[in-house]
Amino acid sequence: MFRYILRRLAWAIPTLLIVTFLVYLALRIGTDPVASYKRVNPRATRAKVQQYIDVNGLDPNFVKGYLTWLRNFVTGDWAPSIKGRREVWPALKDAMANTLRLGTAATVVGIFFGLIAGVFAALRPGGKRDVFINTSAFVGISIPPFISAILLQLLFAVYWQRWFGESLFPTSGVYPPGHSGFDLPLMIRYMVLPTIVVAIQIIATYSRYMRSSLLDVLNSDYMRTARSKGISERRVLVKHGMRNALIPVVTIAALDVGSIVGGLIITENIFSYPGMGLYFLKSFGEGDFPLLMPWMVVIVASVLLFNLIADISYAWLDPRIRLE
Amino acid sequence: MAFRRFVSHKAAVASCGVILALSLFVILAPLTARYGVNQSVQAPPNSFLSPRGNAWLGTDDIGRDLYSRLIFGIRVSLLIGLASALISVTLGSLIGAVAGFRGGKFDDVMMRVTDLFLAFPFLVTLLVVRNVLGAVPWLKPLTGEMNSVRFIIVLFGIFGWMGVARIVRGQVLSLKEREFVEAARAVGASRRYIISRHLLPNSVGPIMVALTFSVVGAIIGESTLAFFGYGPQAGDGATSLGILVGAAKGAVQTGFWWLAVFPCFALIVIALSINFIGDALRDATDPRLDRGA
Repeated sequence: MFRYILRRLAWAIPTLLIVTFLVYLALRIGTDPVASYKRVNPRATRAKVQQYIDVNGLDPNFVKGYLTWLRNFVTGDWAPSIKGRREVWPALKDAMANTLRLGTAATVVGIFFGLIAGVFAALRPGGKRDVFINTSAFVGISIPPFISAILLQLLFAVYWQRWFGESLFPTSGVYPPGHSGFDLPLMIRYMVLPTIVVAIQIIATYSRYMRSSLLDVLNSDYMRTARSKGISERRVLVKHGMRNALIPVVTIAALDVGSIVGGLIITENIFSYPGMGLYFLKSFGEGDFPLLMPWMVVIVASVLLFNLIADISYAWLDPRIRLE
Repeated sequence: MAFRRFVSHKAAVASCGVILALSLFVILAPLTARYGVNQSVQAPPNSFLSPRGNAWLGTDDIGRDLYSRLIFGIRVSLLIGLASALISVTLGSLIGAVAGFRGGKFDDVMMRVTDLFLAFPFLVTLLVVRNVLGAVPWLKPLTGEMNSVRFIIVLFGIFGWMGVARIVRGQVLSLKEREFVEAARAVGASRRYIISRHLLPNSVGPIMVALTFSVVGAIIGESTLAFFGYGPQAGDGATSLGILVGAAKGAVQTGFWWLAVFPCFALIVIALSINFIGDALRDATDPRLDRGA
């Protein structure tokens, strides 16, 4: 087991390098960093431009440029953003913290309700409850997040205010403008709508996974054996059924991090929530290479990390799987 | 048999009806629309009129009829969905079939690449690929301008093949061990013959399913892009569902509900119907999937 993890970790590093190189290439070709620098800073001297090229590794030779960028990135010598010369790390750190908060909240809420719904649906397949849950999940998957965001904003913020004088939930940011300091209840109120939008997708997806996984397990031989031993139905379901049904779901959850981040990006943008998504769309719109590359590295690394977690957890949870 | 199973799926049959009616409706746009795409319903003041007699679904910021624009928008969106799904399904089936049949290095590399692509946040990959595609000069004759409808079609065509390739590969992997393929090989059939005459025809079910889901993917993808301002531009005679939904973003805070509700509702109905059809197709063509009911 330990050796397997080590081997996978050793593989992760070359993968990370290759993928970041591809991202570097794509950004170089797609956003033309030097041109966008000149566009944002029209009066930059030639020396300034050259310095920008050197620090960011924007050599005309892609491989050489990438190696320069990599060296500067690893040694912590990060270039400031092209607009306003802001430090990149503090901005990235704040964005990560905010997204982690929203993402965790949505994932916990989503997986919790999704699993419950899935179990209820699987207990009596074909029943009224099953049909209802299945259909709702299907509708939930079919609605893209920006649609649900718009409709929720319209209902709970704008029209609520019209009908009851005060909007139920605010629709943008983490705090009202001008607020300083930490205020948990206020923050939660601001997070309710974005969390719901992301959670809808997660609930819909996971109730379907859980339902089919549990159905598989319920029809298996060891469930019959457990029942025939005279264990109570509840115990059979929890100890034998749920535990086994959760194995594939956990793996999918870890593999799914990309799509959750995708939902977060869209949601954050609509609710002006200052997280990774807003950060990305802003810097992408401006072609801000120094801001974009570290963001990409964070995303690539977390996707690879969660892939690794998926593989390991699968092997760890299910002793039937041999790694060597 | 497959057909009977499909018909027994009531929601899917209803969805087929919805999509057919909608298609007919938008194809006959010159008859069904009450105004032109960029025509205002009345002389000013005409902006942000709520739904009324001469504008059934209200008007937008410069007084155009939302109902007529919705018809033209759905027309463009369905076109984008169908055209790019055809491209991506053709590409994906070929690549998936070859990868599954040949195996080895080609298969490994292809599947690695698709896994990687699919693991990333959809919007990020889409935006980056879009920019790269727009920056390559020798693709210009094929893709056209970056904000044209054609560009979007090519983009989703290129973008969407991966999911299809994976499905077809899986199907081919299980098919190629079957006796009839072995028999074909034994009588000396070439690889190309086996793929085109045995493997692909026997994968029609999964390919059809992939096609429906590609259509939805492209329609939703287009509206997502347009929502964030990277979609096709509203030209002289065109709009799209994405452009209309994107305009809804500004209408929310001011409370012009019709601008948000109707385009969003249209998108939901379309996505849901096509998804239902795809789901039923999958059930109908894959007898192993017994849904417990």
